Amino acid sequence: MSEEKKNNASLNEALEKEETLVFEVNKDNEDYSLNDDRRVKVLSPGQLVAKRFFRNRLAVTGMAILIFMFVFSFIGGVLSPYGEDQKFYRMDTQVKDYAAIMHNEDFRYSAADSTLFSSSVQAQAFLAVSQGKDSFSYRGNDYEIEVVTDNYFFIVKNQGNIVGLGCKELVTSSAGGNLGFQFTLDALMAHAAGESEFTSDGKTYTMDEDGVVYGNGEEVAYISEYIVKAIMGDVVFSREFKNELIDAAESGQKSFQFTDDNGNEAEYILKYDAAAKLWDVQQETATRIFDTYSSPSKEHWLGTDRNGMDMLTRLMYGGRISLMIGFIVVLIESFLGVVMGGIAGYFGGWVDALIMRLVDIFFCIPSMPFIIIVGAAMDAANVPSLTRMIYLMLILGFLGWAGVARLVRGQILSLREQEFMTATEATGIAPSRRIFKHLIPNVMPQLIVIMTMGLGGTIITEATLSFLGLGVRFPFASWGNIINDVNDTFVLTNYWFIWIPAGVLLLLTVLAFNIVGDGLRDAFDPKMKR
Amino acid sequence: MRKYIIRRLLISVVILFFVAFVIYALMRCLPTSYVEAMARQKSMQPNSKSYEEWMEQLSAMYNMDGSIIEGFFQWLSQILRGDFGDSWKWTVPVIEKFNDTVWLSFIMGVISFALEIIIAIPLGIIAATKQYSVTDYVISIIALAGISLPTFFFASLLKLVFSVRLGWFDLYGLVGKNFRQLSPFGQFMDKAYHLVLPITVLVVISMGSLMRYTRTNMLEVLSADYIRTARAKGLSEHKVIYYHAFRNTLIPIVTIIGESLPGLFGGALITETLFAIPGIGFASYQSMVSGDIPFSMFYMLFLAILTLIGNLLADVLYAVVDPRVRVA
Repeated sequence: MSEEKKNNASLNEALEKEETLVFEVNKDNEDYSLNDDRRVKVLSPGQLVAKRFFRNRLAVTGMAILIFMFVFSFIGGVLSPYGEDQKFYRMDTQVKDYAAIMHNEDFRYSAADSTLFSSSVQAQAFLAVSQGKDSFSYRGNDYEIEVVTDNYFFIVKNQGNIVGLGCKELVTSSAGGNLGFQFTLDALMAHAAGESEFTSDGKTYTMDEDGVVYGNGEEVAYISEYIVKAIMGDVVFSREFKNELIDAAESGQKSFQFTDDNGNEAEYILKYDAAAKLWDVQQETATRIFDTYSSPSKEHWLGTDRNGMDMLTRLMYGGRISLMIGFIVVLIESFLGVVMGGIAGYFGGWVDALIMRLVDIFFCIPSMPFIIIVGAAMDAANVPSLTRMIYLMLILGFLGWAGVARLVRGQILSLREQEFMTATEATGIAPSRRIFKHLIPNVMPQLIVIMTMGLGGTIITEATLSFLGLGVRFPFASWGNIINDVNDTFVLTNYWFIWIPAGVLLLLTVLAFNIVGDGLRDAFDPKMKR
Repeated sequence: MRKYIIRRLLISVVILFFVAFVIYALMRCLPTSYVEAMARQKSMQPNSKSYEEWMEQLSAMYNMDGSIIEGFFQWLSQILRGDFGDSWKWTVPVIEKFNDTVWLSFIMGVISFALEIIIAIPLGIIAATKQYSVTDYVISIIALAGISLPTFFFASLLKLVFSVRLGWFDLYGLVGKNFRQLSPFGQFMDKAYHLVLPITVLVVISMGSLMRYTRTNMLEVLSADYIRTARAKGLSEHKVIYYHAFRNTLIPIVTIIGESLPGLFGGALITETLFAIPGIGFASYQSMVSGDIPFSMFYMLFLAILTLIGNLLADVLYAVVDPRVRVA
């Protein structure tokens, strides 16, 4: 009985080999006797690893950088006064040539019959009017002139039919387009006579003292000696605007304000060109535009990006996504790797051979081209940004487990042969407990190291894909897609604050993960240090 | 030894078979509408075949109508005959485009690989021999920084400094504006000049891991018993390190170099794209982004073959260089 107990005890001892306590001389208690337990400080393996890790200054620096990055990304986003995709605007005044006003001091002609009232006839008519004649002939045709308003408006007749008119005032259609000679003539006649109503072509029109002609209550045309022309073809001026403009021009104002029907207020600047008898009208509009690529300032410490979003806030949210993708991908990788590697290593035989060939296959799949092709296909299918991100993580995870599996299998193969595993078998511990309680914990050190290093690698891969525009997409920010702007040579040259901070953060994070991974490896495995 | 190589070769063929299947399955998983849209788009290009011809060729090559297994074997029989079809993007046979671009990538790869070895191995050895010194820390940090540097960020920095600020290099491309007026030698120099920045990027990005690898292995060797023996018998430190230790460090280094050799043909996807160097990497990036299925499939298969050859070379070299691990 006692023999068995002893056996068990020694087996247990062997089991505890993995948890061997390390004794260290505690210098403060040198006055205790040599074999006094209090003389030594007891450190568990975990504490020992931590101690070795924190002695490594480089690794501690890396750890500090990582803590900073996490605080920056996960807490910074909360503290930042701006939202992830909050856009900023700035007011910008644009001065553009808007209209021209011409004061008409020449006769303008309108012809009912263009052959009988050609431009030569018009010139003859003008000559006759200015000489005070009431008739003239040209190329065998006799014309009579009927002056309606002195020096202002006349009608030319040929054999009693009106063929044309000349007037210093103009009839302009409100809707644009041609009004026809008869209407023009009737309107002008009515205007000259000071009537407020006239009939043309069977329809009745009214006219107010400003010379605006209404038909059926709607404005049809207006008569004015000013011509207002829009510089841009697609602009149609309202009547009020023209009136105000002409008033301003007549009273010699330099500028005036006008609010149009849609409530857009704008400032107009008038410049009179005496030689051409023209007013140039410039519109000064204050437009709200995205505050893009603004330089670092008090409000935006790192300026704003292409979409007018605060760069610093984007970087914080970008860090969140980059780190999160890194973690999720590495977790998927490790989970698959541990399960597959564990099965292969523990069961051995044909299972092992099969899984290892699978690992070989996955090692051979070129992951970058694979993801680029899938990304391009997703582009074509217009997959939403969030779905895209999830696919990206899944693909990266599924393509990356082979390395972890190989490592875990190797470890388990060598651990399986060790004494403590024989001991677990001898003491009759259940296989599941043997795997999870005794094998996996011993794989953990290497696993943690490879996961830490893998995080750095994954973050680079994600950033590269996002940089190429095939990874994380707007509206989500990631450090990679923030740097993406640098593809524009203008940004590369002029806006360092758009891409350098993101690149530095990326570099520091990956570097920190690698340094910490290195430090952990050294801490777990002191044999590597001389 | 021969038996070992043959066995490894056979396993590689089996692996390649399955990798090819995965690649084929990926292509089959793409939505048909996408494939059709891309083919239609590509048929608009000048000198391109008509849409019907592309689709005909596509289904003849990949047997899109049959089941995946059927289609896979049909495709396999085509590629075993060396027929990879015509590229949609480049409107020439895939092999032709491959031939046009691969050599530039290879030259770039060889130069940067040579530089990498020349720089990384001595630095790794120095770091190991002076472990825990300032030199060691500096070299280790440089190595880690090289590994951690995102290619695109480093390339952009170089462009900003050397192309924009200093104006020494062009931002993009392999040839300058006046390339056509140059003499053959001048043309050669022009190309070489345009390769300076891309090669710098490649060297800096990739030398880190070789440096660390050398350092780790050198440290391992330096703690071996025979090194202690060598020191004990009174050899000079120089002889211990450069004769006894270095030769043993070479074993894993030669292996890893052998493993990387086939990869030199694979091109540098990101670097070539960033600098618009018309190598295989840039060509295949453009093909993949524009949905050129024949070229993308070929490129993926090509990369898989390179990886397999690399692994094979590593295993064989390991056995050749180190008689202790030779398998009976």
